[in-house]
Amino acid sequence: MGSTVVTLCNLHNKCQHVSASPIMSIPELVCPAGNLPSLKTAVDNGADWVYMGLKDETNARNFAGLNFDAASAREGLRYAHAAGAKMLLAINTFPQGQAAPRWQRAIDNAAELGIDAVILADAGLMRYAARHHPQLRLHLSVQTSATNYEAINFYHEHFGISRAVLPRVLSLAQVADVVKNTPVPIEVFGFGSLCVMVEGRCALSSYVTGESPNTRGVCSPAKAVRWERNGDILDARLNGILIDRYAAGENAGYPTLCKGRFDVDEETYYAIEEPSSLNAMALLPEMANIGITAIKIEGRQRSPAYVAAVTRIWRAAIDAYAQNPARFSVHADWSSGLARVAEGQQHTLGAYHRKWK
Amino acid sequence: MKLSLGPVLYYWTREATMQFYAGVADSGVDIVYLGEVVCSRRHNLRLDDWLGLARDLTANGKQVVLSSQALIESESDLKTLRRIAANGDFTVEANEMGAVRLLAGRVPFVAGPHLNIYNNETLAWFAELGAIRYVLPLELARDTLRELQASRPAAMQGEVFVYGRMPLAFSARCFTARHHDLPKDDCQFRCLDDADGLALRTRDKEPFLTLNGIQTQSALVYDLSDSIEELRRFEVDVVRISPQSRNMPEIIASFRERCAGRPGTSLEGLRVAPPCNGYWYGLPGMEYRTAH
Repeated sequence: MGSTVVTLCNLHNKCQHVSASPIMSIPELVCPAGNLPSLKTAVDNGADWVYMGLKDETNARNFAGLNFDAASAREGLRYAHAAGAKMLLAINTFPQGQAAPRWQRAIDNAAELGIDAVILADAGLMRYAARHHPQLRLHLSVQTSATNYEAINFYHEHFGISRAVLPRVLSLAQVADVVKNTPVPIEVFGFGSLCVMVEGRCALSSYVTGESPNTRGVCSPAKAVRWERNGDILDARLNGILIDRYAAGENAGYPTLCKGRFDVDEETYYAIEEPSSLNAMALLPEMANIGITAIKIEGRQRSPAYVAAVTRIWRAAIDAYAQNPARFSVHADWSSGLARVAEGQQHTLGAYHRKWK
Repeated sequence: MKLSLGPVLYYWTREATMQFYAGVADSGVDIVYLGEVVCSRRHNLRLDDWLGLARDLTANGKQVVLSSQALIESESDLKTLRRIAANGDFTVEANEMGAVRLLAGRVPFVAGPHLNIYNNETLAWFAELGAIRYVLPLELARDTLRELQASRPAAMQGEVFVYGRMPLAFSARCFTARHHDLPKDDCQFRCLDDADGLALRTRDKEPFLTLNGIQTQSALVYDLSDSIEELRRFEVDVVRISPQSRNMPEIIASFRERCAGRPGTSLEGLRVAPPCNGYWYGLPGMEYRTAH
């Protein structure tokens, strides 16, 4: 944690010019629901929004045993609304060729169910939704890769999007610049597994396995993973490609292909990214100051226990901030609580902190 | 079927770049995409230099298209983008939606490979916006291309990336600077050291990826040279080859022959790495299947 404190100081200094004219808003909390128990626990622990996906390739967490059918979606919606929370349906993969009708049916169903908003990535689907369900609220998925206000404003002009989720590539100063130059409320990631690449523009997973977030809603899919033990050595392979090799006593992690150790110029290291996850809680005041509308928690593939812990802690942090913005600091028990459920051993501020780049 | 040369994705010295395009002027390519697509810090050629090159190549009978940067993060990126969009002389290839906003309804444009045109509905929207050509996203298979081509809007041209290391991902992080333990803001332009990118191997020494600044490419060279007839049957208008630092005249000549329906000379020994073509067949992109 020592190094985090140092980098934060740098970041505070760096960002002072950003918050010259504070807008002061309290960000909403958007939490993941991989299934009905997760959804209920997210709502119970204070999520303002819960987001979920259907049991098919129309969403970017198309994992076995995960997601909702019509009955559980209906029950989830009833539960969320009864508690004053809202529900989002992620339809954030890209239909290929002439396959759009299946995704369009998902949009029709969302509108019929009374889902509060759909998260879309594909422009053709946005056009369909705007034409056929003009009352349905549209959120721009992170998979849309809209990293600048020209792009976001374009989607706004054409499809009337109500919110945009930013890819995890911008520094906080750049996020502030986007917020200043768009009428579209902005949502950013606050916590969870970290994509190093611009979301929606990464084909690394399909290069290795044939399936990517854009095409199948998966990254480094479990069915392509193979563990091989040779004496004390444990190899993690993805469709045969060695993603990492662990010596005795080393903690082995899931072989997400951008988070392994590779050789570059005879040097073996985490050439793309360490197996770390994002935790931007310390930036909550800056996020509020620059006018961020909502903070998103990653992790529809995680357990209800994860959802409960992360939602509870972020709710407490946002409420503490709202009560007394000037005195906000990250409590030690929040940090340790988040560390217990985080993937990997390390936390990072990711691209919000310029030095990460 | 026309032959295009994609933008140089690597960072070369000014001299090397100028020399490269002097060769391109006399080559058999019909269309040349110019500009810095990967990193705004690269400055051996400024926009005015690219425009000068564009005029020279046009004088040599090439159609020139200016390619926009694939990842726009800052106001200064947008400033350059606005100048490219408003250049007035040359068609622009939009590589993200900010560029599309600046071009749509104003001038005809090319919808680049990073715009995620995966289906016919999205393609139809791009036609309404004024796109005259779309480039198939790299990870899509021939079956998808067939469907897109079969229902493509009137006058919409199709272009397919058929040769070169594939740009697979973009990040805010510079992996070349990271390798040299340098901050991105003080990268010392170390990507100049690697004319074809920096090789990343697995720990069992298998070539896997290529680091090119903020871009990650395949280690293998995508090669659809044996599928040109099939592309013609799909009524693809343009096939694109992506520059590498050596053997380009021979590679261009081979594709020129193939585009004319003749068997081109073999690319064996000309590629910077072994071939792959898995995406074309709906397989993992790194795989290779012989066409015959």
